[in-house]
Amino acid sequence: MDFLHQFVQQLINGVSLGSIYALIALGYTMIYGIIKLINFAHGDIYMVGAYIGFFAITRAGLSIVPALLISMVVTGILGMIVERLAYKPLRHAPRISVLITAIGVSFFLEYASMYFVSPTPRTFPEVIPSVAFNVGPFIVNGQQMLIMGITLVLMLILTYIVQKTKLGKAMRAASFDVETAQLMGINADRVISFTFCIGSALAAAAGVLVGVYYNSIDPLMGIMPGLKAFVAAVLGGIGILPGAVAGGIILGVIEALVSGFISSTFRDAAAFAILILVLLFKPSGIFGKNTREKV
Amino acid sequence: MNLLRKNDLIMLGLSLVIFAILQVLITTKVLTSFWELNLIIIGINVIMAVSLNLINGYTGQFSLGHAGFMAVGAYTGVVMTTFFHLPFIVAIIAGAVLAGLLGFLIGLPTLRLRGDYLAIATLGLGEIIRIVIMNLDYVGGAAGFKGITHHTNFAWVFLIMLFTLFVIKNFVNSSHGRACIAIRENEIAAEAMGINTTKYKVMAFTIGAAFAGVAGCLFGHNFYIISPGSFTFLASFNYLIMVVMGGLGSITGSIAGAFVVTFISAVLAPWPEFRMIIYALALILLMFYRPQGLFGYMEVTSMGIFRRIFKRGHES
Amino acid sequence: MSEVLLKAENVSIVFGGLKAVSDFDFYINKGELIGLIGPNGAGKTTAFNLITGVYQPTTGSIEFAGKSIVGKKPYEITQRGIARTFQNIRLFSELTVLDNVKIAFHSHVKYGLAETVFRVGRYFSEEKQIEEESMKLLKIFKLDGHAYDQAKNLPYGAQRRLEIARALAAKPKLLLLDEPAAGMNPQETKELMEMISWIRKEFGLTVLLIEHDMSLVMGICERIYVLEYGMIIANGTPKEIQENPEVIRAYLGGEA
Repeated sequence: MDFLHQFVQQLINGVSLGSIYALIALGYTMIYGIIKLINFAHGDIYMVGAYIGFFAITRAGLSIVPALLISMVVTGILGMIVERLAYKPLRHAPRISVLITAIGVSFFLEYASMYFVSPTPRTFPEVIPSVAFNVGPFIVNGQQMLIMGITLVLMLILTYIVQKTKLGKAMRAASFDVETAQLMGINADRVISFTFCIGSALAAAAGVLVGVYYNSIDPLMGIMPGLKAFVAAVLGGIGILPGAVAGGIILGVIEALVSGFISSTFRDAAAFAILILVLLFKPSGIFGKNTREKV
Repeated sequence: MNLLRKNDLIMLGLSLVIFAILQVLITTKVLTSFWELNLIIIGINVIMAVSLNLINGYTGQFSLGHAGFMAVGAYTGVVMTTFFHLPFIVAIIAGAVLAGLLGFLIGLPTLRLRGDYLAIATLGLGEIIRIVIMNLDYVGGAAGFKGITHHTNFAWVFLIMLFTLFVIKNFVNSSHGRACIAIRENEIAAEAMGINTTKYKVMAFTIGAAFAGVAGCLFGHNFYIISPGSFTFLASFNYLIMVVMGGLGSITGSIAGAFVVTFISAVLAPWPEFRMIIYALALILLMFYRPQGLFGYMEVTSMGIFRRIFKRGHES
Repeated sequence: MSEVLLKAENVSIVFGGLKAVSDFDFYINKGELIGLIGPNGAGKTTAFNLITGVYQPTTGSIEFAGKSIVGKKPYEITQRGIARTFQNIRLFSELTVLDNVKIAFHSHVKYGLAETVFRVGRYFSEEKQIEEESMKLLKIFKLDGHAYDQAKNLPYGAQRRLEIARALAAKPKLLLLDEPAAGMNPQETKELMEMISWIRKEFGLTVLLIEHDMSLVMGICERIYVLEYGMIIANGTPKEIQENPEVIRAYLGGEA
């Protein structure tokens, strides 16, 4: 009984952590789906989002929802600028060149942030009263409710955009084949720009929520969650939106279980071990189809 | 006497002259210990960069976990000298063997992956290595390994660096090396030409890992303490920057890259954020304007000035 | 008496429900020059990929020099003596023309890793031999003037010739040429025909070629197989093929 109790409790923690990964993974997967780039800088976009949220709350005195929205808008624009300046000129370059550029952008965002906001971690203000709800014998705290609630709302909005709007349809078309999509009259540059915007906005939301959850943010906070969100995207099948969400949540749960039952020091190793196992045994991920190279 | 052998001897002679000059400057304290330390770091970085170049540049298999193998070499080495009181050279060999063995075991399954998937998998494996070391109380865990005897000096580093360069240069200029380069150029065609692509990918990865182990052992014995924090994937990125800056597929380039990056790091050490911002911008601009790196596939021995020295120094 | 070099029986391959090649039955005698023709998408390149181990057949057997090669990796098949060129040229484009050829000597190199790294033993003598033989091959294909140029900078026709030179460097018994004349002008095609006939005699080769240029196929092939929808619909001498109503139907689309 005690084991089961702890197990379910870790499951709750895992789902809320996994929601964060899912939000970041969505951006990864959308960007990879269209331009086949592992955007190493995506985790740093999430960090910038957290800082913008932080300043919106502490300097402008906003409450959590407006701060979240402002952070999403500003970070979304930042994502577009990054794409325009760093990735667009390399549209036809070898993928490895773009990957290296992404590493460069990642360093730039990390250390430029460090320069402007100092490397010391900041304490994120308490934006919602720290309450805990008892659901039967289990505890769900206010932050966890907030994370899961906002993640759910954002996912519904994203689903609407991707399925119903014209740009969303263009995005889906481009993720199959950018060149064919262009021949069908889709403006690929605009679609890519839009994809970076949405992906970055979702990452920003994740950043602000993490600030609320862990109360602490710093300029290098994006590195690990960024990598893990990529793991989540691969786990779910890269380029597949529901896959990213499922991957994120599964990863969050596994990490919570490893921390709870083995040791928190092995948490990061667990994520990478999953990555390698998936890549070796089902590189197309849970929801993906296998493809082969034409000779 | 064979022409190629003559070129080798000329290069070797030149290197030994440079070594003698630097060693004299160090012994007579003309070069302060700050500069000696930086020369040692440059030498270690050259080994790291050249061995990574064998994997990333020559064979075209994008690895981001090189620091993990360095860690294996470093820890193996310090265990040998500190716990078993073995000679330094034995520690170096042990570090190379263990790192190489691990490279082989890791390479065998993962090198089936391509491009960015391989990159992220090797990054993950490098991190797993580090996390495992962090959890080994035997070697000090997260706090680090303390009480190491200082063995590394400029002579060790320079001579081992020279040996590394010699081995890797000879390897890439052989049928084995050509097999690796063919894989980079076109894997399907390489296979169709009778090249066992899996074997050569794993071979390049193993050799690269073994030399990273050597570099790690030298690195480990340069300070009195080492900790897992020195071998994160950010360290791997650092070696990648050297290789990319110098040119994927050029030994000369890797030497230059290691030199430039170490020098810039040393000069900008008081302003760490600034240093990383410059790195980042340099990397991005390089990809925009010179994605093949400073040297591309060129070697210094095939350039005009050396051609004249060697009469016909064409070797590739 | 002719001896069978390559024999395929009942070979089929299925890609996700689609039979790309079915009941492929054919043989090549030692020393023959065989053509494989057929409309686009008939499965000719797939047949090459099956022979060279790029694809594994779903059913059937393929024997080369009396031994089964099903399940062997492409490099193992090359080492046994089948070399090929590619329809969409696959040179090592960043490397020099000479290096492209030297690479293909790979499976005949005897010096080991230790000899390589310390440059002792057979290293120098074998490297010298490889270089000489490579230059000889380049000379045959009139590429010796470009030996130190990057392969990607060669004109198109020269790239196709380099592919053949490179395949020959692997010292095959059977040479597979996938549309060697694609993109060549009539003059180049004519030269290529002569060259193929010549190297075949000179190196004692057996040749199987896929080609769309009928003048080339009819001009040099001794026997021709015709593929359509993954099946062999005809097999015979150029003259027999030209008169075969099935083949005429397949190419002209008329009623047989």
